[in-house]
Amino acid sequence: MEYVSPEGLRLDGRRPKEVRQLKCELAVLHRADGSAYLEMGNTKVLATVYGPHEVSQRSQSLHDRALVHCEYSMATFSTGERRRRPKGDRRSVELSLVIRQSMEAAILTHLLPRTQIDIYVQVLQADGGTRAACINAATLALADAGVPMRDLVASCAAGYLNGTPLLDLNYVEDSAGGPDLTVALLPKAEKVTLLQMDSKLPLDTFEAVLGLAMDGCKAIAAHMRQALLEHTRKQAVVRGPVRL
Amino acid sequence: MLQPEGPAPSLDEAAAKLAEAQAILQSSTASLPLVCLGDAIDLGADAEGGVMKGHGTMMAGEAQLQATVCGLVERVNKLVSVRALKGRYTAQVGDVVVGRVTEVAQKRWKMDVNGKQDAALLLASVNLPGGVQRRRTNVDELNMRELYQENDLISAEVQQINQGDGAVALHTRSAKYGKLQGGQLVTVAPYLIKRLKQHFVALAAPLDVGIILGCNGYVWIGSKDLVDAGGRDEDEGMEAAGPSGQVDLQLRERMCRVANAVRALAALGLPVHPPAIVEVCNLSGLLRVEIKDMLGPEFLAQVAYREADRRQAEGDAQPMDH
Repeated sequence: MEYVSPEGLRLDGRRPKEVRQLKCELAVLHRADGSAYLEMGNTKVLATVYGPHEVSQRSQSLHDRALVHCEYSMATFSTGERRRRPKGDRRSVELSLVIRQSMEAAILTHLLPRTQIDIYVQVLQADGGTRAACINAATLALADAGVPMRDLVASCAAGYLNGTPLLDLNYVEDSAGGPDLTVALLPKAEKVTLLQMDSKLPLDTFEAVLGLAMDGCKAIAAHMRQALLEHTRKQAVVRGPVRL
Repeated sequence: MLQPEGPAPSLDEAAAKLAEAQAILQSSTASLPLVCLGDAIDLGADAEGGVMKGHGTMMAGEAQLQATVCGLVERVNKLVSVRALKGRYTAQVGDVVVGRVTEVAQKRWKMDVNGKQDAALLLASVNLPGGVQRRRTNVDELNMRELYQENDLISAEVQQINQGDGAVALHTRSAKYGKLQGGQLVTVAPYLIKRLKQHFVALAAPLDVGIILGCNGYVWIGSKDLVDAGGRDEDEGMEAAGPSGQVDLQLRERMCRVANAVRALAALGLPVHPPAIVEVCNLSGLLRVEIKDMLGPEFLAQVAYREADRRQAEGDAQPMDH
């Protein structure tokens, strides 16, 4: 199958080095400490953060840093085929772990000893790149909750099909069976907090694909930063000066 | 703008009006020193003397500060900090808080105060009813539940904060603190409550209720007795309830009006403080808005317009204070 047309366009009309349209909304749930809704093209994700709060199971409490707990789930209606998804399947356990680890790399956990931070990420619509979308949404939700972090964590996938490195794969490209590389990045320090790849790739091509994914992360980080600044501005202005 | 009569607008219209009113509030773009997390903080020309990192910042390289939360940059001489506009309650010594007992533990009550961890109220730092001296025996440790049980609401003051892990200790060593009954609790975001001279406030006549503005965002609305001098009676007679445990209907309605005023302010993200609460209550009375309608978009829009007008009148240019 042809994934890149001779004109250099992909199946959904993008150029190879183009990310999908991003849309984020912050503080969508008022009962949570922080929440964010993120769309990357047709992939739609909702992230919710509760805490930092008292550790619910005292034996798990850490005396020198915060306990980060993450739960990933997919809505029954998130894919083409509607089906119930059991909670503890291998895929979601692995993804919870991946999201937790890359967020833990950014959260300044040593500032919040004996506390717990819960991150719940739910995929509402899956169209490839859910891993990346979940990490981005979790970052935004944590930032909304006011949890101190080193930097935003931005994540993006990249692949290699028809001899072309492609940025931000959608579902069709993802299921083509080619290599799929997900990267999460602390853009300021250019530190990689997550790097995952299925299937194989020659070393020199790998570097090109990795570079592309990192560029994608930076573009996404810039977009998220704008959204956060705008949100902060709204909050600050509504509060306004206090008269006593 | 005030239209108590006439056909009621549809819900969509009202929502649109509310959005418009909020946009007016937000459009007052005083240039605020806002940063996003991860941004380098611009220290301007006078950074030569060196800077100190405060809350919400960290060092990134030499003499370069980076924000770790999204919010407002604040500066006191060399100390630079970033204040997040949202987040859990961070205790300060002397704060009045309202908390809920989550656990009765060894010689202490664990209290939920909406903070990063539960606060502790030590048995040694409470006043016994009647002001009697406590005898330190095993028996009164066993009888702690007679004083405060799980799920009781208590007003208290922050006594101490552990520097190491941020654990908070509370005390109720004053007649005004203690168990809260015969009223209602409204929870708002803690950043909406500013530290005031008085957190126990009696609202004047037509309202005639007492409120405790807990710095942690828990607002208690009860009878006026809990504020009046002398505080509670010795046998915990502070509650509005009569001997039968009933609060009379008029008082309940007044309390509900005040509670909804607090909720309305919080829904709009406006600071919750006594003059604002009174103003919202008066506005609802003026427009003859029923208590149950005070959280509808029509009334919220009116509150937002009122606030926007007020800010415009004040000249809008003032920087935020706290």
